[in-house]
Amino acid sequence: MALKDITLGQYFPGHSFVHKLDPRTKLLAVVLYIVSLFLAKSFVTYAIMFVVLAVSIGISTVPLKSIVRGLKPVVFIVIITAILNLFYTPGEHVLAKIWILTITLEGVFSAFFMVIRILMLIAGTFLLTYTTSPILLTDALESLLGPLKKIKVPVHELAMIMSIALRFIPTLIEETDKIMSAQRARGADFESGNLIQRAKALIPLLVPLFISAFRRADELAVAMECRCYHGGEGRTRLRQLQYVGRDYFVLILFVVLTVLVGVLGRMGL
Amino acid sequence: MEAIIETKHLTHTYSAGTPFERSALLDVDFTAYKGEYLGIIGHTGSGKSTLIQHLNGLLKPTSGQVLFQGEDIWSDPKRTRLTRFQVGLVFQYPEYQLFEETVYKDISFGPKNMGLDEKEIDRRVRSAAYFVGLRDDQLDKSPFELSGGQKRRVAIAGVIAMEPKVLILDEPTAGLDPVGVESILGNIRDYHKAQNATIILVSHSMEEVARSVDRLVVVNDGKIPFQGDPREVFTHGDELEAMGLGVPQMTRVFHRLRQMGVDIDPSVYTIEQAKQAILAKLKKEGN
Repeated sequence: MALKDITLGQYFPGHSFVHKLDPRTKLLAVVLYIVSLFLAKSFVTYAIMFVVLAVSIGISTVPLKSIVRGLKPVVFIVIITAILNLFYTPGEHVLAKIWILTITLEGVFSAFFMVIRILMLIAGTFLLTYTTSPILLTDALESLLGPLKKIKVPVHELAMIMSIALRFIPTLIEETDKIMSAQRARGADFESGNLIQRAKALIPLLVPLFISAFRRADELAVAMECRCYHGGEGRTRLRQLQYVGRDYFVLILFVVLTVLVGVLGRMGL
Repeated sequence: MEAIIETKHLTHTYSAGTPFERSALLDVDFTAYKGEYLGIIGHTGSGKSTLIQHLNGLLKPTSGQVLFQGEDIWSDPKRTRLTRFQVGLVFQYPEYQLFEETVYKDISFGPKNMGLDEKEIDRRVRSAAYFVGLRDDQLDKSPFELSGGQKRRVAIAGVIAMEPKVLILDEPTAGLDPVGVESILGNIRDYHKAQNATIILVSHSMEEVARSVDRLVVVNDGKIPFQGDPREVFTHGDELEAMGLGVPQMTRVFHRLRQMGVDIDPSVYTIEQAKQAILAKLKKEGN
């Protein structure tokens, strides 16, 4: 079973410029990057976005292979989107007409851009999770959403829930792997049979998995209580987030990028 | 002696082709003989768990072969599945795999998967429960109502009920109190004698394996540096120490005695053997 081989968005430790950036900077930069992607409408603007992505990946030292592997699971969605855009975009320049389906020049462009957009969107967000540990990411989220505390949003608690969830994903995957092996050793068959048989075959996997998840949650709650955890109020942190020169530089760069792409889009380029 | 399971040039690499690639086994030739009580010992992460998961076809070798009774278990899918019934594997902390409403149903999961008839299943469940010392009235209880030690017995019974020719147990006594350890090891010995089955006991405790097994295989860094009679293996005291394994306390005492200049047999590992060695030594002194 290749469950352990899932590297979706898994953090790659490193010391590159991208790794060292403040996680808040990276989070904001990715948001700006996504906004720009949706503002981009032409070859020129997409080329700019592509250069930004390529340079970012280049200096991050994350192997290109890993990014490409991250794109694999969405191939299906990308193909569906491409087909829908190809056939359902109305336009003047009709290229071909098959039965009730028409392919227009606009459709071809629209499909092409949509594919590029989705792939670049995913590659960009993967770069964020590849270069930022989940803990830092939730710290950043908590810090950025800080102002919402004023209107009684439990930001700290939400961030804590997220960190714990992220922390337990690998543990649960490992656990699933172990229980699957144990049941297979008793002759359980997870791979053959029809849909109902397969769903039934999951019971010996899911029951122990749920029980162990609840047990872990319970143990964690007790452990946290033992260390006097009582929520976010008055809590200090081990890692203080601090913007430095490179963070301002990157943020300004991405704001400029967004404005530039937006203006170019308006001008019809 | 007739071999029952063999591996030939077995190599296994985890996460091949990713930055996390790691070889867990390197060109391992391993043999288990029919009817023997074999111990596998190795440090955490030595590759021992990877090795045993190959023996019943849960993991597929990256390269090399696994033979059960002389036939490659991967030669066709039917044989792979069949091997899983013939080579029973009890995982570490097996109590976490229990899922059924009653103990009886949980133990019968394996035999049911084998496609046996109702009567045969009933016989096997009852005899497996007997081996691990479960009472009849416990069979109708929910496994989740039992104590930790009892749950483990149920889980072991679940594998024994398939009546495998080879029974592999990965750290079956981990986390049990001394009384629990003794009784589980006793149950395993009973099964070994009654069924004339091959037993493979995996452990990181030298004391535990030294007491039970006929033969010992040491796994370290994905290889098998030593194997043989426990006495023979324990003569490599320093190397075992370097692997973080160490030798049984009794052996260490006798090694130390030798270092201090006492001419005494150092291949001792149980209290009984120690007694004999000391008596022999005293006799010699007396003459």
